[in-house]
Amino acid sequence: MLDYGLFTFASKDEVLEKSSTYWNPGKTQFWIDSGVPLVIDRREGYFLYDVSGRRLIDVHLNGGTYNLGHRNPEVVAALKQAMDHFDIGNHHFPSLARTALAEALVATGPPGMSKVIYGSGGGEAIDIALKTARHATGKRKIVSIVKAYHGHTGLAVGTGDDRFAKLFLADRPEEFTHVPFNDLAAMESALRGRDVAAVIMETIPATYGFPLPRPGYLEGVKRLCETYDALYIADEVQTGLMRTGELWAITKHGIAPDILVTGKGISGGLYPIAAVLVSERCAGWLTEDGFAHMATFGGAELGCIAALKALEICNRPQTRSIVHHASDLFRRGLERIQADHPDWFTGIRQNGLVIGLEFNHPEGAKHVMRQLYQLGVWAIFSTLDPRVLQYKPGILIDPELAEEILDRTALAVARAAKEAQR
Amino acid sequence: MSPEMGPEMGAEMSAPVTTDSPAAAGGMLERARWAARAYARYDKASVDRVVAAVARAGAESATRYAEWAVREIGFGVAEHKARKNVACSTGLAEAYAGDDYVSPRADPSGKILSIPRPAGVVFALTPSTNPVATVYFKILLALMTRNAIVISPHPMAKECCADAARTLAEAAVAAGAPDGVIQVVEEPKLPLVEAMMASPLVDVVVATGGTPVVRAAYRSGNPALGVGPGNVPVLVDRTADLESAARLIVESKSFDNSILCTNESVLIAEDAIADRLVSLMRGAHLLSEAERDRVRDALFPGGTFDTRFVGKDATWIAERAGVRVPPGTTVLLAPIDAAVPEEPLAHEKLCPVLALLRVPSATSGIAAAKAVLRITGAGHSAAIHSTDPRTIMEYGAAVPVLRISVNSGNSLGSSGIHTNLPISMTIGTGYVGGSSAGGNLQPGDLVNWTRVAYHVDAPFGDFAGLDPWSPPDGPVPGYPEPSNARRPGLAVPVEASGPGGFGSGGSTAGSGAGAPQDALRDEIRRLILEELASLVRS
Repeated sequence: MLDYGLFTFASKDEVLEKSSTYWNPGKTQFWIDSGVPLVIDRREGYFLYDVSGRRLIDVHLNGGTYNLGHRNPEVVAALKQAMDHFDIGNHHFPSLARTALAEALVATGPPGMSKVIYGSGGGEAIDIALKTARHATGKRKIVSIVKAYHGHTGLAVGTGDDRFAKLFLADRPEEFTHVPFNDLAAMESALRGRDVAAVIMETIPATYGFPLPRPGYLEGVKRLCETYDALYIADEVQTGLMRTGELWAITKHGIAPDILVTGKGISGGLYPIAAVLVSERCAGWLTEDGFAHMATFGGAELGCIAALKALEICNRPQTRSIVHHASDLFRRGLERIQADHPDWFTGIRQNGLVIGLEFNHPEGAKHVMRQLYQLGVWAIFSTLDPRVLQYKPGILIDPELAEEILDRTALAVARAAKEAQR
Repeated sequence: MSPEMGPEMGAEMSAPVTTDSPAAAGGMLERARWAARAYARYDKASVDRVVAAVARAGAESATRYAEWAVREIGFGVAEHKARKNVACSTGLAEAYAGDDYVSPRADPSGKILSIPRPAGVVFALTPSTNPVATVYFKILLALMTRNAIVISPHPMAKECCADAARTLAEAAVAAGAPDGVIQVVEEPKLPLVEAMMASPLVDVVVATGGTPVVRAAYRSGNPALGVGPGNVPVLVDRTADLESAARLIVESKSFDNSILCTNESVLIAEDAIADRLVSLMRGAHLLSEAERDRVRDALFPGGTFDTRFVGKDATWIAERAGVRVPPGTTVLLAPIDAAVPEEPLAHEKLCPVLALLRVPSATSGIAAAKAVLRITGAGHSAAIHSTDPRTIMEYGAAVPVLRISVNSGNSLGSSGIHTNLPISMTIGTGYVGGSSAGGNLQPGDLVNWTRVAYHVDAPFGDFAGLDPWSPPDGPVPGYPEPSNARRPGLAVPVEASGPGGFGSGGSTAGSGAGAPQDALRDEIRRLILEELASLVRS
């Protein structure tokens, strides 16, 4: 009996069955077929527990949503305290929490950030960024990379892979140009017409399996943007918040973006919120018509409080130090594992704790994911490149857990190698 | 240990709990674990470099922090604190220069190889009385033994201690120590400190402070080295060199205005020499009975010690008590009739007021010393001025303390500065004093040894020239460069500016100049591995 007060289920099987009936048959079945019939019950720190009681170490973290661990006690405490006073708030009025968070984001953002616009999730934030770019430039076209992923909302979905757009007849090729990643020549030809409002780039494209920008690539894109009068939108939803050892990965490239988008981890994993940081040049519409983009839940005050706390934790010197130490350990550990399977485990894509493991099989990461799951580790394959496993340890991880993850990974990689050969 | 003002500490530390307190510890301790993990693999030469650099940094700032401490806590003597700071920095490094807590030791005759295993993360509580000296002391002990340390200073002295810890941390990292090896709790509130002490991420708690702090350390559930309070009796018998005894006692009692746990508390003098001793104590003012009563009333209104008098000088105290003393008075000598708990002046006083008890014989003096320690201070320290080995031996056997200074002032005697005891700001009071630590805290207390023992009949291995530890190959940790920007074998990194941009400049150094060399080293290592692998294959 799974009894949660408000609702009960007789068994995990009943949950799966009803999930299929009432929620999402495609997704429900997919995980059953993938050998990952996970229904998450308790969650704490970097651990998840299936309703069966089985413990999993979470190195998926929903793209960084749980950077600080599940139910981080500091964020929980801040929210609990806030709930005695605040609620979602009224989105029309100046607000305490929204203002405090905006100030904190501008203060800790890359140079040149001037104002903050809120969304209730990453997709909406991307839409805000694209609308802002169009307003600021008076141009309509948006350039993104092939296999980009910036969310599923109206405009965001247009920047991404056709898989998610065409199904809903939402692709708009005349407005959204896709160019190959790491190809400056292709980027230049897309921009040369000077009709592009913005280039939107994840600093490391996550859903595409963390292919790393070649040294100089992003810097080159930024230069091209300046040359052809397009804005540079840094999608830092997955790479931001200290994951790469700097608060925002884009600053490691010396790039001051025109617009920066954050989501996922900024919520502290507890209250959905996303934010768009914009330069003064882009902030015009906020004066011209401050009501031009509205969302009742955008910048909900409870979310702002969770975000303020999450941002503060991410920005601590100790967090930064932990990320640097852990990055070093994972690098060395993964290289050791790779040395044992050079033909199978073909690549390590790493920038700090943003890590992609590349396998020599079209669906290699699915095998490793399944074996890791058997071994008590939850990591997910890259939707748009299933050769690559997304491997994102938490940014407050301690060394013992890091070593445990590596030990389990070594076993899973070896087992998956055998499984994939069959 | 250094005595703390129990009530005051309690008041300060029971401040309202803020929501962010206990969990805020998390990041610091995790950071410390990472640093400890890295540092535990350093070799002796690298450790020596770190220790020397940190000791130097401490000594260079000794006076500045001494003055700061006096300013912040409002008592003590800056000049004396500066001396302790030097003793606990370069003095300590010199004292242990010949010791090795890093290299494995092979004992061929016993057929045992011993490999040091650092504690890991040391959580160190430091007192208000010896604030910076204890910070220096514990940091150096931790560094000598390859531990990471988190300092939790007494709230009254948090600013000078935090700054001192940061100064030493910077020196450590600059000398090659891992980032985060020294940290300090900036706002040491009780709930936070208790949560940190009890954290499974802490390996050992080293508590110097008041009894409540020490008890809390033991309650934490983590291994703890905590020490109890002192109340030092000093016996002067008829065989003593009275000139010397008189001078040393006055010096020691007035040292740092007597806020050390090792300052003499009750002077026990044989009748035969008492008058002459007192007359020789230049700077000490013998109170009349009426004056004594006024001082007692001032110091112990309602029987409880008034903490305003802690570490204040003798003339200030006399003035407050309404007693006229000659200029240059450094100690107030207060005659008492018996060492009993109901006599407030027989308790620990933390200011330059020295009780004086006359006894008919050395034997009754020994009994009186026991009586003083029955009140408080068991396990701590005592002093004796005598040339009679029989009396000294009897005193040592009878008086329940774990160190006795002979013909020396106790404040610098028991802490190893004027004796050959280990230099220490943390004085173990042993089982008799409710502590697991019985000696002067020293580096060896923060390291365990793995004993690799052969069968008695098996031939012992030749471990000569083997060392499991190595120097760090650059800043620890290295700056997280993207993996495709690391090009082993290339003498020059692809991006000349390293991490570049405006993002860096935080706690961890960039790749900087170390990178090309590292790359080269990595490449050599890779080539050797390949060669080995091909050998194994063939």
